[in-house]
Amino acid sequence: MKIDLEFTLNGKNVSIETEPGKRLLDLLRKDFKLTGTKEGCSIGECGACTILLDKLAVNSCLILAGQINGSDIITIEGINEADVLHTLQQKFLEHGAVQCGFCTPGMIISAYALLLEKPDPSYEDILNALEGNLCRCTGYKQIISAVQDSAKEMMQD
Amino acid sequence: MKKFEYAQPKSIDEVFQYLEDPDSVIKSGGIDLLDLMKEDLIAPKRLVNIRSINQLSFVRENEDGTISIGPNVTLSELADNEIITKYFPALREAARLIATPQIRNAATIGGNLCQRSRCWYFRSIDFDCSRKGGSHCYALFGENKYHAVLGAKSGCAIVQPSGTAVALMSLNAVLVISNGKNEKQLDLNEFYVEPAQDITKETILENNELIVEIIIPKEMRNYKNRYIKLKEKQSYDWPLADVAVALKMNGIKCEEANVILGSAAPIPWKSKEAEFELKGNRITKELARKAGEASMEEAFPLAENKYKIRLFKIVVYRAICEAIGINPYT
Ligand SMILES: Cc1cc2nc3c(=O)[nH]c(=O)nc-3n(C[C@H](O)[C@H](O)[C@H](O)COP(=O)(O)OP(=O)(O)OC[C@H]3O[C@@H](n4cnc5c(N)ncnc54)[C@H](O)[C@@H]3O)c2cc1C
Ligand code: SF4
Ligand code: FES
Ligand code: FES
Repeated sequence: MKIDLEFTLNGKNVSIETEPGKRLLDLLRKDFKLTGTKEGCSIGECGACTILLDKLAVNSCLILAGQINGSDIITIEGINEADVLHTLQQKFLEHGAVQCGFCTPGMIISAYALLLEKPDPSYEDILNALEGNLCRCTGYKQIISAVQDSAKEMMQD
Repeated sequence: MKKFEYAQPKSIDEVFQYLEDPDSVIKSGGIDLLDLMKEDLIAPKRLVNIRSINQLSFVRENEDGTISIGPNVTLSELADNEIITKYFPALREAARLIATPQIRNAATIGGNLCQRSRCWYFRSIDFDCSRKGGSHCYALFGENKYHAVLGAKSGCAIVQPSGTAVALMSLNAVLVISNGKNEKQLDLNEFYVEPAQDITKETILENNELIVEIIIPKEMRNYKNRYIKLKEKQSYDWPLADVAVALKMNGIKCEEANVILGSAAPIPWKSKEAEFELKGNRITKELARKAGEASMEEAFPLAENKYKIRLFKIVVYRAICEAIGINPYT
């Protein structure tokens, strides 16, 4: 049994007929071809699949399509203006916070969710917000600096 | 994962209509349910999504002074809630320390209370252990580092994983459970099932029953309450040992004491021994230590989890001290 879904995806109204039991991760990657969102563990532990659902960071590997009707979804593809990197993306590059890059989309979405709620986060706030995102390469230090630096710059704008 | 139907009831009444069919299972945040389905440990024919039913999502101060929490309140909402933060720091802390921000944004308190055991043999389709209808427990003589140190003699050594259950039990919480026809109130104390009673179930909940409300009695606002969770990693992790205490104090004298141990036993464990030490006595650090020791008097550790006994003694001590504002570290 298929259902019709209507929701906002990266600022645009979209609709699709799909299986309600499909994971949101698969809906985004396979149906909408938004492959920036990654699949690491599939069980909520790594955060590579993090997206924003109604402004909150969630694991898209653990959300079913049936649940998202009418909601507002933002993926890594939706945070920047066309052809310009978002401050977070730019700062991740500058700080060497990207190595293999597999964790980066999820990491940036978690940081984005944090800055939406707290534009001037403390060091602790950043640690807490990124707690659900694993990185096997960088050692996190560069990532935290990139978020701190982004917050500073975005406050000035 | 097997195929399933997805029902989207718009009202609580409609939920009960779906639940009349025994093949229906309630889905709230879906975090635990999806985990079990992906491993084919359960294969429900129909998921009944209650997450979109807003009437099940509230935190309110009632006129009679009780506090009510709806089962659909997410763990993040709970941790950020002003009423909870003001009166029940134990519950706030328990919610705040569960899993990751992403999970806390999706997972609900109702689902957290009903989540199933994390025993790795239980979670793997390859082990047909007693809890799944098999003939023996693989953990008792296998890998049991994270298993029970209390109450496991009856053949299954799981620990109850819910952090909010530990805090809510210390707060004498009551569940309102409904099947659409009858509604009953049940002490959280009586919600969890010990293996000796029924090894295949962790809670008394029947398939057609819904938790519609969680009530914290009025007088609990006057209890000094505290929750502490020890974990292996600095980042998010399941508890090795977590403890909630709620103490009714008259000056330095303790009139009533609730001491609940999480990750110690197959159910959130009410430590009568520790409570006995505290009740009616003036609380000092020495007494708090004695209560910590007492909490493990009946402990029966397995080959790999003796370390938990030391942890619980210390966490009980710290939680008591911190509840009443004594610094446990000096
Ligand atoms: C990486 C990770 C780390 C975690 N760490 C922790 C931790 O440290 N501590 C901890 O406590 N938990 C932890 N969890 C578990 C997580 O908190 C639970 O899986 C979650 O709270 C379940 O809530 P849910 O709303 O998603 O439940 P669901 O998966 O929707 O439901 C779980 C069960 O509850 C039933 N149910 C749900 N709502 C109701 C209701 N109102 N009435 C009756 N039955 C209902 C469902 O039928 C199902 O059987 C962790 C999970 C992950 C993935
Ligand atoms: S502890 Fe319980 S769930 Fe784990 S293997 Fe033993 S019987 Fe099964
Ligand atoms: S893929 Fe979703 S948390 Fe790892
Ligand atoms: S950059 Fe490789 S996992 Fe983070």
